[in-house]
Amino acid sequence: MTTMTLAKALNAGLRKAMEDDDKVVIMGEDVGTLGGVFRITDGLQKDFGDARVIDTPLAESGIVGTAVGLAMRGYRPVVEIQFDGFVYPAYDQIVCQVAKLHFRSQGRVRIPMVIRIPFGGGIGAVEHHSESPEAQFVHTPGLKVVACSNPADAYVMIQQAIHADDPVVFLEPKRLYHSAKADVDESAPAAPLWQSRVVRPGSDATLVAYGPTVSTCLDAATVAAEEGRSLEVIDLRTLSPLDLVPVHESVRRTGRLVVVHEAHVTLGVGAEIAARVTEECFHSLEAPVLRVGGFDTPYPPARIEEAFLPDLDRVLDAVDRTFGF
Amino acid sequence: MTDPVFGPAPERAPDPELVQLLTPEGERVHHPGFDADFSAEQLRGFYRDMVLVRRLDIEATALQRHGELGLWAQLLGQEAAQIGAGRALAPQDYVFPTYREHGVAWCRGVDPVRLLALFRGVDQGSWDPAEHNFGLYTIVIGAQTLHATGYAMGVQRDGLVGTGDPERDTAVVAHFGDGASSQGDVNEAFVFAASFNAPVVFFCQNNQWAISEPFERQSRIPLYRRSHGFGFPGIRVDGNDVLATYAVTKAALQRAREGQGPILIEAYTYRMGAHTTTDDPTRYRLSDDVEHWKLKDPIARLEVYLRRNGLADDDFLAEVAAEADALGERMRRECHALPDPSPHDLWDLVHAEKTAELAAQQAEYDAHAASFEEVS
Repeated sequence: MTTMTLAKALNAGLRKAMEDDDKVVIMGEDVGTLGGVFRITDGLQKDFGDARVIDTPLAESGIVGTAVGLAMRGYRPVVEIQFDGFVYPAYDQIVCQVAKLHFRSQGRVRIPMVIRIPFGGGIGAVEHHSESPEAQFVHTPGLKVVACSNPADAYVMIQQAIHADDPVVFLEPKRLYHSAKADVDESAPAAPLWQSRVVRPGSDATLVAYGPTVSTCLDAATVAAEEGRSLEVIDLRTLSPLDLVPVHESVRRTGRLVVVHEAHVTLGVGAEIAARVTEECFHSLEAPVLRVGGFDTPYPPARIEEAFLPDLDRVLDAVDRTFGF
Repeated sequence: MTDPVFGPAPERAPDPELVQLLTPEGERVHHPGFDADFSAEQLRGFYRDMVLVRRLDIEATALQRHGELGLWAQLLGQEAAQIGAGRALAPQDYVFPTYREHGVAWCRGVDPVRLLALFRGVDQGSWDPAEHNFGLYTIVIGAQTLHATGYAMGVQRDGLVGTGDPERDTAVVAHFGDGASSQGDVNEAFVFAASFNAPVVFFCQNNQWAISEPFERQSRIPLYRRSHGFGFPGIRVDGNDVLATYAVTKAALQRAREGQGPILIEAYTYRMGAHTTTDDPTRYRLSDDVEHWKLKDPIARLEVYLRRNGLADDDFLAEVAAEADALGERMRRECHALPDPSPHDLWDLVHAEKTAELAAQQAEYDAHAASFEEVS
């Protein structure tokens, strides 16, 4: 058992994956000597060499495209996209090549690639550094998409994603990198990667979140409890495939659901969850499924980002509204 | 065009000297850098390859006209560039093609019927890339050049560059065209290959046309010179001369296998046919141009050379012609017999590890399909 930040847990998970399999290579901008702008790959090049931790030229399509070739040669590339808003130059390679090669080749070509993307806002950054592009990847058949929310999951999930034979977009809540500290038990049995999880049981309403909004929802549940309302919080962990089994089970008990994410609400993951829960739990619902998310505006300048990001008050307000129907 | 401060601008493509070993008239000429001796058997082999590949192309075009293929991307005129590049490969080398590399596919032992299956809409590529060391056709222009570069970086990591063992040292070929040379991916591939000294040969068939856009719209300078700005050599070869294409590619591959890094070959050729069977080149180019390039035909010049030097007789030429007829007949027959895929299989192909979501969607489809069967 070690107390770690989320950043340190990812670093330890990457290190373990590299020790376990010498085909694992890390690629990206500044991931080597510097250890990444967030220091997630700190010390790895020193210990594993520059053939396995590769400082690449500054070209995201080039990074992902060459990682495809390495994967075809039998490697397991772990690609770091420096910030969410910089993934778009690689979008074509991700959507047209990474996602489709297995299908195109009738399963003969596997692309066991992990694309790590620090995502979300709240760090006071300039434009393009605070985005939540997950829906675009969830909407792409052939990709799997996961998001960690805490150090213990981060340590295990990064290893599981690397071990998977399919391409995985791995979303890391960057604002929690250095703030969230928790005990990580490296020898604890791992939950399957493709499962969501109830992180706080409750009986009056259900909150569903992933990545950075899980802690927002946990805080909301604490406050709600003081007011006599019991909220269940579910951490999705995996966005594609979506594991809604615990969500359906929860909604059948509570009858009320609020989905919380930083991404724009329109056609976001919350919209998909609302549709599926409506199909599965129609007769259990006491209120429409509500979404709390980023507004349908571009991400705002840092001084007003707190207005854009779902916070405790907006979550609790949505919960109140589900009781108003 | 010399600016007093910035100096000279690059000139707009004065035709540089091509590496050529066989003139359009069928004269064997010599080149100081790429001279090579070719055995009679080798020369007859090139001829046979080119005739069969041209037949493959003509047959596929006819199948499209008869409604058996949805589309066909013609290689007519580019036989020498592709056979030269294909025959220069060592077995362990790996090739990343565009969607027009039927001649290279031929050299790598991919059955032409597999190419038909793709353009018929039966599948999206049904050969095993690992079996042939020949990747799947890539339709997004230039994307495969990055895959080739990454694959070459993998070869480096496997320690298969510069060992001195000709059966192990490995090079990778990235095929692309003049249109693709404008794509970001191709330029990024040049940057990565140069930065990591990857054993990759960039083989550009400059067939002068990107659908309707002439080469001049893509570049102000000869294409092979692009590599100089990225820090590796480039060379222009007569792409209608199978001997020169073979010799230059072979030397470039050897150089890459030895660890001397990437190289750009511009095979200067001409797309005699349309971009694909949906295209109408009479809307954008002059027949004079096509007539001019007919005089540079890759097969005719080799046939002249073989006959004039007594390296092939009527019997050999008739034998190849009969082989081409048999290939055409087989392609027609097997194309008609290609079975349609089953929609049921779609969900099995998306991932290595099928998700519960996809399994549920598949079951839903199966039930839907079965409901029709019950009625009928």
